[in-house]
Amino acid sequence: MRALLQSVVFASRMLARDWRAGELRLLAAVLIIAIAAVTTVAFFADRMKGALGTEANNLLGGDLVIVSGRPIAEGLVEEARGRGLRMVPLVKFPSMALAGDANILAEIKAVDLGYPLRGELRIDETSLGPGTARREPPPRGSVWVDDRLLARLGVKVGDAIGLGEKQFRIDGVIVQEPEAAVGFLNLGPRVIMHCDDLPATGLIQPGSRVSYRLLLAGDPQSIEAYRAFAQRKSGPGQRVEDVRDARPEVKSALEKAQRFLGLSALSSVVLAAVAVALGARRYLQRHLDACAMMRCLGASQAAILRMHLFLFLMLGVAAGCVGCLVGFVGQGLLAQLLASLIDVELPPPGPMPAVHGFLTGFVLLTGFGLPPVIALGRVPTLRVLRRDLGTPTGWGVAGYAAGVAMVAALLLWEADEPRLGWYVLGGVAGVILFAAACAWLLLKLLVRGAKGAGFAWRFGIANLERRWLSTLTQVSALGLGIMALLLLTLTRSDLLDNWRTTLPAHTPNRFLVNIQSDQRQPLAEFFESAGLPVPGVFPMVRGRLVGINGKAVSSADFADERARRLIDREFNLSWAEHLRQDNIIVAGRWWGPGERDLEQLSVESGIAATLGIQLGDELTYDVAGSVLKAKVTSLRKVEWDSFRVNFFIIVPPGLLDGLPVTFVSSFYLPPERSDIMNRLIHDFPNFLVIDVAAILERIQRMMDQVAKAVEFVFLFTLAAGLAVLYAAISASGDERLHDAAILRTLGAGRRQLLGAQLAEFALIGALAGLLAAAWSTALSYGVSVHLLNIPFSANPWVWLIGVFGGSAGVAIAGWLGTRGTLDHPPLNTLRSLG
Amino acid sequence: MPSGTGRLTILDDVSFDVQEGEAVAILGASGSGKTTLLGLMAGLDTPSAGEVVLDGVDLFALDEDGRAALRGRMVGFVFQAFQLLPALTALENVMLPLELAGSAGARDAATALLKRVGLGERLDHRPKQLSGGEQQRVAIARAFAGNPRVLLADEPTGNLDAVTGQEIIDLMFALNRENRTTLLLVTHDEALATRCRRRLRIAAGRLTADEVA
Repeated sequence: MRALLQSVVFASRMLARDWRAGELRLLAAVLIIAIAAVTTVAFFADRMKGALGTEANNLLGGDLVIVSGRPIAEGLVEEARGRGLRMVPLVKFPSMALAGDANILAEIKAVDLGYPLRGELRIDETSLGPGTARREPPPRGSVWVDDRLLARLGVKVGDAIGLGEKQFRIDGVIVQEPEAAVGFLNLGPRVIMHCDDLPATGLIQPGSRVSYRLLLAGDPQSIEAYRAFAQRKSGPGQRVEDVRDARPEVKSALEKAQRFLGLSALSSVVLAAVAVALGARRYLQRHLDACAMMRCLGASQAAILRMHLFLFLMLGVAAGCVGCLVGFVGQGLLAQLLASLIDVELPPPGPMPAVHGFLTGFVLLTGFGLPPVIALGRVPTLRVLRRDLGTPTGWGVAGYAAGVAMVAALLLWEADEPRLGWYVLGGVAGVILFAAACAWLLLKLLVRGAKGAGFAWRFGIANLERRWLSTLTQVSALGLGIMALLLLTLTRSDLLDNWRTTLPAHTPNRFLVNIQSDQRQPLAEFFESAGLPVPGVFPMVRGRLVGINGKAVSSADFADERARRLIDREFNLSWAEHLRQDNIIVAGRWWGPGERDLEQLSVESGIAATLGIQLGDELTYDVAGSVLKAKVTSLRKVEWDSFRVNFFIIVPPGLLDGLPVTFVSSFYLPPERSDIMNRLIHDFPNFLVIDVAAILERIQRMMDQVAKAVEFVFLFTLAAGLAVLYAAISASGDERLHDAAILRTLGAGRRQLLGAQLAEFALIGALAGLLAAAWSTALSYGVSVHLLNIPFSANPWVWLIGVFGGSAGVAIAGWLGTRGTLDHPPLNTLRSLG
Repeated sequence: MPSGTGRLTILDDVSFDVQEGEAVAILGASGSGKTTLLGLMAGLDTPSAGEVVLDGVDLFALDEDGRAALRGRMVGFVFQAFQLLPALTALENVMLPLELAGSAGARDAATALLKRVGLGERLDHRPKQLSGGEQQRVAIARAFAGNPRVLLADEPTGNLDAVTGQEIIDLMFALNRENRTTLLLVTHDEALATRCRRRLRIAAGRLTADEVA
């Protein structure tokens, strides 16, 4: 026990001494970077999970919700009443909101007394106030709106807005409401109105996109029993949701985002592992003499080992605390960067992320710091007499096997699902090996090309070749960091710009939805009087796919998430006489002029593949209660990028006669004619206008935010890359001093020495930049050609900035790290190292 | 030199002239200050007081780069620990002083010198791949590469066995004669010192004898 205490005391004294001597600062810095990267993401994820988990009931507005495209069946309501459940119906739909010259597509919610059953609806005079909780709808003729609507329409409380055919007074601002909390998908501003005002707006018409909901609340058993009943009773197009399946798409999107951020953070852990290994090796070399001397003075191997273990433990705890602190600050910034994607108040994080951070720190220290340090205990005592006895090797590369395994385990844990984990693991290993192979190849080319170069370059290249392992490590580590930055800045905006320029001029930028049959003629007249070309209108009938080849289908029959969604929602069916130019038949044939009324379908090829539909299959649709059966006679490829109205399912004219039909249209509105939109909405209040430009802008803003968040996390990766550079520089510090001293005795001036060192670092940076540019170009090629289907155009700036930025940055960092070597009197150096 | 407990005097009142073409051995026990003296003569170290005049130039009136340039022009070195650059091949090590001075034809001159020291077949080998004796040959070739007028040697045989040491010394003196270089040789080896016409003895930082054979 006494020996243990002595070790601790001695270790803390050594820690203080080593810290003063700067020996441990690198290790501490690297640990802090890695722990901060991991905890930044972990703290943030923890808060998101908290928001999603604990408040899920409140988010739902009740314990259970029945969602349907048609009014909720009376039987379901009766049953709930019979079981003593509380309930409140509500209707949700999109509609244009108008005020003066401004208009916007808003999400309308018509509610009744008692809403919400769970959670809080808070209304205030301004969006900044705390608001008062309400359990009733706004007064008749009034609405509550959110601050986005106020801002976009330029109105305030007390002003009037138009919804459909009726004007409403804004009675208050929605500060908090259930159902809206977390989401990438809540794009439109929100309006809450009294359900009794709904008919007067004239907005609910056949074919409108309306979602009827019944919120239910009660004791858990009754709810569970009712849930089972409702699920048995609910037909297609109806679903029962509780907290478990509330907003699955939001949840999975957020989880994916978090996982991605977490894995990005781990890339800095991988680099940190390299830096820790390098730093610990340097520590070993610097302490060999001291340890040999301690052995001479009677310290046992175990005592030396114990002392260093304590020293590392203390270092780990200290770095862990600082790292978690940095991570805590970092998560605040991350939450701010993603603020507009998260509409919910985030609860404070729990302690688990800190545990996560400490664990990461100890994995790094034990896995990569310990192997060299264990070797310290085995230092030969004879070293005090013969310094050239060298370094005890530990277990060489094998010593790091445990560390590599632990980092792999961290990766698998972070990835959460084994398949993704192995992919990522394989990807990381592949990237590292590939990077090293590329760097090696480039180095060989350099060496070959260096024969005729000047002194500084040749000397720099010779040094790179001599320390080839260190060179490869540095080039790969920095290359990863630079690539991340290139991808997130240049490449990302390139892709967006490329995509935008592939859209032809006058690509439709407005969609009109919900046009009624009798409005087609007035619409055409409207466009004529405005002096704009009259856009074509396309019929649309909403129907649900209920059977394939006579067999009933439900979403449970499909494993694919997209397929399930397609089955659950209603399809838009249309009819057409002729095949449009932006549609290409890939199988079967389009109907001829004499085949009107024939029961056949043309299906978009992508959706056919998702749902497993083949040519010749018979599909059954439920259209507003009546059954439509038809054979698939052709598969079509559709250019969705054209921004024209297109349909998954098309039938010959006549087949859908007598069914409730609405029309859609798209057109190009020149920016200088945006004034007509208000008149259009005024004349046709039931229309939904989708502003494609505005949506694109919003998507881009979201992408910018997400990219900023990822960039922020990758800053840690770059910092870790620089730490690797610094560790490698200090590991070679003694050699550099020695070389500089010899060169000086041979007559080299300061400028020549500086030149040789700068050449070396500039080459490392240039190689890393070259690799980074190549990778990001390859990735951008892949995304352009395979994901976005746009022609790839290379950006020379990626290469220029990658190579020159990389070499300048690394040269400066290297110069900062080595400038001391130029100032040492050469004789001292030759003596101390000779 | 200021030290922890006050001033520490390593060399004191050491004054002598060396004529062009002379071969001078500097003899002394370990710690007598002879290597420090050599360092000062080469301008590798700066004294707290005193001057070293090389070919009429006061070394310490120049800055570090000025001294480096003068060294490059006039002085060659042979060290006890060879002090080759491990990253460079034998040939590149010998080319180095020529390249630093910016002279053309470095490769041919260095190749010729390496042939002269018997390493014509080892041009592309790195120091690690050479024996101690071979490394010192490379170092000697490097020392003579810049056609120096002064050659400074610090215990050149200190890290070599007797036979190899003898070969190295023979080689060094032969080259010295061929190039008519002024030689200053630091050693504690009396036998080696007798090969020089003049011997300076140093003890406790002072010049105690100046013998001419």
